[in-house]
Amino acid sequence: MAASTDTTADQPTGKAETAKKAGAPARSDGSDAFLSVRDLRVHFSTDDGVVKAVDGLSFDVEKGRTLGIVGESGSGKSVSSLTILGLHNREKTKIEGEIRFDGRELITMPERKLRDLRGRRISMIFQDPLTALSPFYTVGEQIAESYRRHLGANRSDAHARAIEMLDRVGIPNPKTRVNDYPHHFSGGMRQRAMIAMSLVCDPDLLIADEPTTALDVTVQAQILDLLRDLQDEFGTAILFITHDLGVIAQMAHDVLVMYAGRSVEKGTVREVLKNPRHPYTWGLLSSMPNLSGDVDVPLRPVRGTPPSLLAPPPGCPFHPRCDYADVVGGERCRTEPPLLALSEGRGTACHLSAEDKQRIFIDDVRPLLG
Amino acid sequence: MLRFLVRRLLGVAAILLVVSLITFYLFFAASGEDSVVRLSCGKNCTPEMRETVRHNLGLTKPLLEQYWIFISGIFAGRNIGEKTCNFPCLGYSFANNQNVSHTVADRFPTTVSLAIGAVVLFMTLGIGLGILAAMRRGKKTDKVATGFALLSGSAPIYVLGPLFIYLFVQQLGWMDRPQYHQFTDDPFQWASGLLLPWICLMTIHMAMYVRLTRSTMVDVLSEDYVRTLKAKGLSGRSVYIKHAFRGALSPIVTVLGVDIGVLMSGTIITESTFSLHGIGMLAVTSVTDSDLPMMMGVVVIAASFTMLANLVVDLLYAVIDPRVRLS
Ligand SMILES: Nc1ncnc2c1ncn2[C@@H]1O[C@H](COP(=O)(O)OP(=O)(O)OP(=O)(O)O)[C@@H](O)[C@H]1O
Ligand code: SF4
Ligand SMILES: [Mg+2]
Repeated sequence: MAASTDTTADQPTGKAETAKKAGAPARSDGSDAFLSVRDLRVHFSTDDGVVKAVDGLSFDVEKGRTLGIVGESGSGKSVSSLTILGLHNREKTKIEGEIRFDGRELITMPERKLRDLRGRRISMIFQDPLTALSPFYTVGEQIAESYRRHLGANRSDAHARAIEMLDRVGIPNPKTRVNDYPHHFSGGMRQRAMIAMSLVCDPDLLIADEPTTALDVTVQAQILDLLRDLQDEFGTAILFITHDLGVIAQMAHDVLVMYAGRSVEKGTVREVLKNPRHPYTWGLLSSMPNLSGDVDVPLRPVRGTPPSLLAPPPGCPFHPRCDYADVVGGERCRTEPPLLALSEGRGTACHLSAEDKQRIFIDDVRPLLG
Repeated sequence: MLRFLVRRLLGVAAILLVVSLITFYLFFAASGEDSVVRLSCGKNCTPEMRETVRHNLGLTKPLLEQYWIFISGIFAGRNIGEKTCNFPCLGYSFANNQNVSHTVADRFPTTVSLAIGAVVLFMTLGIGLGILAAMRRGKKTDKVATGFALLSGSAPIYVLGPLFIYLFVQQLGWMDRPQYHQFTDDPFQWASGLLLPWICLMTIHMAMYVRLTRSTMVDVLSEDYVRTLKAKGLSGRSVYIKHAFRGALSPIVTVLGVDIGVLMSGTIITESTFSLHGIGMLAVTSVTDSDLPMMMGVVVIAASFTMLANLVVDLLYAVIDPRVRLS
């Protein structure tokens, strides 16, 4: 099989498939990672049918490292992150696969135990810090609430801790600001407060779901700096979700590209941004004028529209929009789903042979990237 | 805050002035002197009485002057004929030979007692059931609670009242026939005498609170920040009570303000159903007794309480929601 000669450690499609069929042993191969997600499927029952929001997603996040997840709107980024915390309505959601966090399986974990993890060992920051904070309590109360919940601190200790956290995330006059309500804060300040709240219990994993999308560029850069500093200080693993490759370039160590609820390409930031191997990633990258520039240009959509998650296209979900399906011989792309190697490191889910990927990238794609 | 309060109080005063002026005009000027005298003199009116009334009402003076005498009397007291009517003077009832303020003050405890007990009951039960329904939405508890609310809220008091009296007083003997005793005389008698009307009012009013609490809480639960709370690891109880219910307070307080205003100004149907002599009954008898000054007094009192309840609600908004600025 042509794919087996892929130079970038892509596991041969065939082998990956057998590995997957073999079940558990293959799935557990990445379980020494701090967070390891294997073949995750999240299906929602809705009135219109089953929404396959996540449909075979695998990735690892290591301690002290940042994994960036990038993909178009609707590709299942938020759903995946909420699944890690078990925040979906269990009755309307079917979740399959494996989420191992520090050796523990989260999908089957009872709600009570999950609750002890949430905000304590895994915490989350959201896109819009205004709507993500309660308008009825002061910023300090909301930070202290987590601390008291998980560490059993008393009111005054928790209050002092809230001030300390506000100070640490760079909010001036933390002693007075701690008593302000979220609507007294500016957007960037609010996101800092949100970060303070998420880090108050020293979590091991921070999930940041588009934390800077609602902010202007300068503030965005400050928040990214802050997150990087805090990561250096605490060694927190970060799962950083965005649809902005520019932010990924600044923030992440590793990248996972998602499409229609699946992982289509993964690797280190350098590998994926400088030497992308998947036609969808090519599309994403060529819609960005200048990668190394500081100005982060929002993603221009790739040709065509994202697929329906109710009835995703058979085979490779990207084939209706892919310029290279013909290179493979269109039939295969339309019928056989390409799989991403489950092992760590570099990989793509595409039927193109390694030579074709290399050639197309050098000839067609690289000239488009500044 | 203080400026807001002063401004709002002035606003309330202005509205009360307008309301009372209009009422005053309708009662004492619109229908002509003879009919005003007739309607103020009571049912058994002798020609001498008629003359006293005519004289004491001062109907020959211009309307605004009459109104001024009425209003200033409220604050400063005044003389009506040979009777002195001290602050707060709402007028004199010729039909009953009573000072209006005294009668109102007499009747008021009945209305207030009726209102307090009912409010406490329907608020705790209505809100409690509403919270429960929101917490178990889509489940059996929710359906039972909302179904019950639908049923109980649709029964009018004049049907429910006699039914309850028949059932609980006459047949089962569980409760006393409604009667007002002074709280200061015997708190237990006070409560047991009002228990039946309280339960009736609770049954009718709580429906609204069940529905309102449930629906606003469900709305709040779909807010973004609730997801944050869950992501913080908070228990269901803190999410529901500390946060979702907190977010649902404003609309509840709004409706509560209206209800309290209505109940405090005397509910005619409730009081006549249970033959309790509060402000509501006073309004009825002042009409049947041809007692315009008494009617005027009742209207002023009712309007004041409605306005006051409104003001309290507005102040509470600011306490409940820190985003509301009092300015
Ligand atoms: N509870 C739910 N029930 C049904 N469908 C859902 C639910 N939550 C999400 N979805 C659907 O799942 C898909 C993936 O949503 P998700 O929010 O993960 O996208 P995303 O990648 O985060 O996009 P964005 O960049 O816009 O945030 C969307 O089509 C969305 O409509
Ligand atoms: S598998 Fe085929 S359709 Fe899918 S990305 Fe590769 S070439 Fe395109
Ligand atoms: Mg999202």
